[in-house]
Amino acid sequence: MGVKISNEKFFDRVDKGIKDTFMRKAVSEAQSRLEGRKIEVTEELGNWEDWRDLSEEIRQHTLENLDYYLEQFARNVAKQGGHVFFAGNAEEANDYITSVVKKKNAKNIVKSKSMVTEEIGMNEALEEIGCNVVESDLGEWILQLDDHDPPSHIVVPALHKNKEQIRETFNKKRQYDKTSDPDELAKFARQELRKDFLAAEVGITGCNFAVAESGSVSLVTNEGNARLATTLPETQITVMGMERIVPTWKELDILVTMLCRSAVGQKLTSYITGLTATKEQGDVDGPEEFHVVIVDNGRSKILGTKFQSALQCIRCAACINVCPVYRHVGGHSYGSIYPGPIGAVLTPLLEGYEDYKELPFASSLCAACTDACPVKIPLHEQLVEHRRIIVEQEGKSSFGEKLAMKGYAFGASTPSLYQMGIKGAPTFINTIAGKDGDGKGAGPIKLWTDIRNLPKSTGQSFRKWYNNREKGGND
Amino acid sequence: MKVSLFLTCLADAAYPADVGRSTVEVLERLGCEIDFPKNQTCCGQPAYNSGFHRETRDVAKHMIRTFEHADYIVSPSGSCVAMLKEYPHLFEDDPEWIGRAKKLADKSYELTQFIVNVLEVEDVGAEFEGKVTYHTSCHMTRLLGEREAPMKLLKNVKGLNFTELPNKQQCCGFGGTFSVKMLPISEQMVDEKVQHIEETNADILIGADLGCLMNIGGRIDRQGKSVKVMHIAEILNSQK
Repeated sequence: MGVKISNEKFFDRVDKGIKDTFMRKAVSEAQSRLEGRKIEVTEELGNWEDWRDLSEEIRQHTLENLDYYLEQFARNVAKQGGHVFFAGNAEEANDYITSVVKKKNAKNIVKSKSMVTEEIGMNEALEEIGCNVVESDLGEWILQLDDHDPPSHIVVPALHKNKEQIRETFNKKRQYDKTSDPDELAKFARQELRKDFLAAEVGITGCNFAVAESGSVSLVTNEGNARLATTLPETQITVMGMERIVPTWKELDILVTMLCRSAVGQKLTSYITGLTATKEQGDVDGPEEFHVVIVDNGRSKILGTKFQSALQCIRCAACINVCPVYRHVGGHSYGSIYPGPIGAVLTPLLEGYEDYKELPFASSLCAACTDACPVKIPLHEQLVEHRRIIVEQEGKSSFGEKLAMKGYAFGASTPSLYQMGIKGAPTFINTIAGKDGDGKGAGPIKLWTDIRNLPKSTGQSFRKWYNNREKGGND
Repeated sequence: MKVSLFLTCLADAAYPADVGRSTVEVLERLGCEIDFPKNQTCCGQPAYNSGFHRETRDVAKHMIRTFEHADYIVSPSGSCVAMLKEYPHLFEDDPEWIGRAKKLADKSYELTQFIVNVLEVEDVGAEFEGKVTYHTSCHMTRLLGEREAPMKLLKNVKGLNFTELPNKQQCCGFGGTFSVKMLPISEQMVDEKVQHIEETNADILIGADLGCLMNIGGRIDRQGKSVKVMHIAEILNSQK
């Protein structure tokens, strides 16, 4: 799939999102539910801010020593018979993965949920060499069946779909003839997926956290699908973003609970899987061959910049779950597999500004995201930094805006000019606003008055009142 | 105690004297001597949030010079004070200005924050009859980190019939230039805010930031609804 999920223009996508009343209802309900549950399980800890500080420290330390921990991790995987491949970009990652699959003569692949495999377009690369790739996360499976509808949320990918739509997809694609009762739908999915699990020669997973000290991979799910995908197939391939690593199991312990609490409001999810190396003598299951693909794909160039902390992200979506913009436009409006505040920060870093220059501006900078982030990424500040780069380095602001901002800055640093401006402002506003306050004006004022009235600027100005008073005049 | 008032450009240009006047009168009643530096302009936020940081530095330098003499800077806006506190970031690579920017940031307070935390007063002796609700403002609560002061003060205003606003933590959709640059999104956000305000059955929405109030009030007016918006300074200055 790749990062980009749409060729439509930003405002067309937004317009579509706003008009999708079902999606918006689903999103606002999910936000309230997830946020409510999160508040419950974080308040229960009693000192959530201390946990955030600690988590931030762990992530910062790991990123500052990323080379060390990656090397330690790779050494430990290799020591236990696993294979590690460092992929500089999507193409290198896909080349390696397809070569492993070809060597195994594998045709059937079962996958657990992984954003990085979406990012590099791995499914398409495998399908091109004739493989049948099946998503086993329920949400991802629904989207895959529905002609590869893109995910709209990084934790709940099919958030934008309701049970009726899911029933229809199952019916059209798999001749499902029962009701839209969620239990019945899930039972059907389980039956269908079981065949794919049993047939798979290769299981591919993402990676929530790699553990450097033991060369292990940990996976967090509620469905147990990652466990099964790493138990039945002979070969396991784990694909991870290069920043998804912790030094030891001690740090894993902390970050896993931060992830579960922040993502879905659970202390722990139903399955937390820790996998180390291959099947040993006497083991009844587990893979015989284990590969880890560590993907850079633009991440290393973020290190050492003002955006480094964006790599602290543990993909919990807490920022998405509180974002008022996401609430109204939905995930697809972002045009990226990474939506919401973290998506608006990360997408331009990975893919450049050309296709995503609106994203950093699609925020009121309300900072709800920054407050929600369990690893304390200053998301709203990073959006402002993107804006600065877009204006000052990329030169992507319009001529009109440049002129307006120059004029503004000159006016706001020249008191005589400013005072002239504010003296004229009430007359100006009243003229535009008209008798009822709903006049139109031009430029930004026209946009403002498209949906709102201007303030009623009647009566004495503050400066006049203050001057009179200083002169000893009456109020 | 001498207090220098930073009025903010919205209160200066777009609104009549009420907010500034209320701020002055409340502070004077609490024993402060008010100074109004006439050369003050705007905090620079419109340029800063739009990515025009070079231009913002010019504005910031002017504001630093204008308020250099002040012991305390007090402003009836959480958002504009949060911007003053951003100044040191703007001059990270400028040894001449960073110290001056830090001094300005350290002595800047939002009005209710100043009353509660510096003057240590929670009851200003105000009286106001009305069914009201309160909009918390994102920059006040999350950037400035001031969540308590306005509520402490409002609790002691006699006559207020207060209902909490549902989803109060959610942004009203103003966001400065966001309100026009991202008009369709901003419209949805302000509509949801207005809907929650109506759910409280309040006659008056109180806020501590004119940006939010201009946005919410402008939308309420456009929809022909009768809820009035008022700045918290006006409430605190009300007496029988």
